[in-house]
Amino acid sequence: MSSIGTGYDLSASQFSPDGRVFQVEYAQKAVENSGTSIGLRCKDGVVFAVEKIITSKLFEPTSNKRIFTVDSHMGLACAGLLADARAIVEIARTEASNFRAEYGSPIPIKYLAERVSMYLHAYTLYSAVRPYGCSVMIGGVDESGPQLFVSDPSGLCHGYFGSATGKAKQNAKTEIEKLKLTGMTCRELVKEAAKIIYLVHDEVKDKHFQLELSWVCEESNWKHAPVPKVLFDEAEKFAKAALQEDSSDEDEEM
Amino acid sequence: MESFICKPKYVEGVDKSHLKQLIPEQLQDEPMTGTTIMAIEFDGGVVIGADSRTSMGAYCSNRYADKLTPVTDKIFCCRSGSSADTQAVADIVASYMEILEIKMGEPVAVQIAANTFKEICYNYRDRLTAGIIVAGWDKMKKGQVYIIPLGGMMLRQPVAIGGSGSTFIWGYVDANYKEGMTKDEAVEFVKNAVTLALTRDNSSSGVVRVGIITKDGVERKVFTHDKLPKFQ
Repeated sequence: MSSIGTGYDLSASQFSPDGRVFQVEYAQKAVENSGTSIGLRCKDGVVFAVEKIITSKLFEPTSNKRIFTVDSHMGLACAGLLADARAIVEIARTEASNFRAEYGSPIPIKYLAERVSMYLHAYTLYSAVRPYGCSVMIGGVDESGPQLFVSDPSGLCHGYFGSATGKAKQNAKTEIEKLKLTGMTCRELVKEAAKIIYLVHDEVKDKHFQLELSWVCEESNWKHAPVPKVLFDEAEKFAKAALQEDSSDEDEEM
Repeated sequence: MESFICKPKYVEGVDKSHLKQLIPEQLQDEPMTGTTIMAIEFDGGVVIGADSRTSMGAYCSNRYADKLTPVTDKIFCCRSGSSADTQAVADIVASYMEILEIKMGEPVAVQIAANTFKEICYNYRDRLTAGIIVAGWDKMKKGQVYIIPLGGMMLRQPVAIGGSGSTFIWGYVDANYKEGMTKDEAVEFVKNAVTLALTRDNSSSGVVRVGIITKDGVERKVFTHDKLPKFQ
């Protein structure tokens, strides 16, 4: 970013001469500093996995969760500033609740994702505010089936079969591309998701992390819920084993 | 008030208030769709039906009214109660749904339209006289019928009847409704039921209007009085 200091990066309400809004780009940088989170959509549901980096051993294990439930059928995984994400979750929940009150049925996930994106976008327009420093993955199962959307600080929103945000999003995306998502079940994907998180975790930079897994599928009664303990342990074991195998392969090559 | 009502001229100094009695009381009523309406789910869609009388008390102010009102391409409502109220509510919901359809990028679900009707009918229950049946087709739940009676309750039913004429056909509907009718059976059923109602109900009459809503769209039919079935 060569234009630092030229004065165009102090406000979200001003373009730089080459047509960029630096505040938005800085917000995107904030997302890239955060632990990786991935979302996968398959034939029978949606799976979220998050690498929650633990900055202090004194934290309780349940603190600073990065996967939220927006409505019963829908979850949200975030990357970026957690406090900003919580504000967005609050907005999303209000939207979902209003839709239910007004129309008597659960909000379509695409509709909610677009509404939330409009909100994110509004915060890229004014000098008095800063853009949200987080990207959110909104996913779940509604009447038209499993859905997954990703919104970034600029207010863009796209639908995905699988996506990743945060530190290792490139590596994670490469791993996700190897999966045959449309042919897999949630049960299989939970393990794969756990594996990807373990795989892309950088031991050197961040020592401790905690895996978060959640899903929406028939087994969870089409509700967004944390993956059951038994399956979670199984997935974590699978991930660690895969990692072990991976590193021993590398040893052999050397 | 419509223009054909001649009010007694006011002459100064003479009390003519007794002349008011010469105007039948019912002519001072607002137009009501004293009505027979019904809707029924069949495999593939819904059939809706209504008579065509609009009355002001005993006076029939319109004998060819249309109480089957479109809300979206594939959602209709059958109106009973005050013409003004139900027309207003139907217009409001239709405009809401048009906007929502654009926002959501796909046709709105029948339940959403019905719920919007309910919301208005319930919130303004003290001021409205509106008994509405919402029926239509959407790709998730296919043909659906929702009934919203006077207080603003909402129920989904496989078959619904409403309006003053409906009291005469409860028995017929209970006895003859069966699940999984074909389109033709459903049309026949609606035609018979509405005919029975309008022959007995003083404030239902005229033609029988029928609408068939399926995934392909809406087909409308009018059965004039001479085409209606004879029951005796």
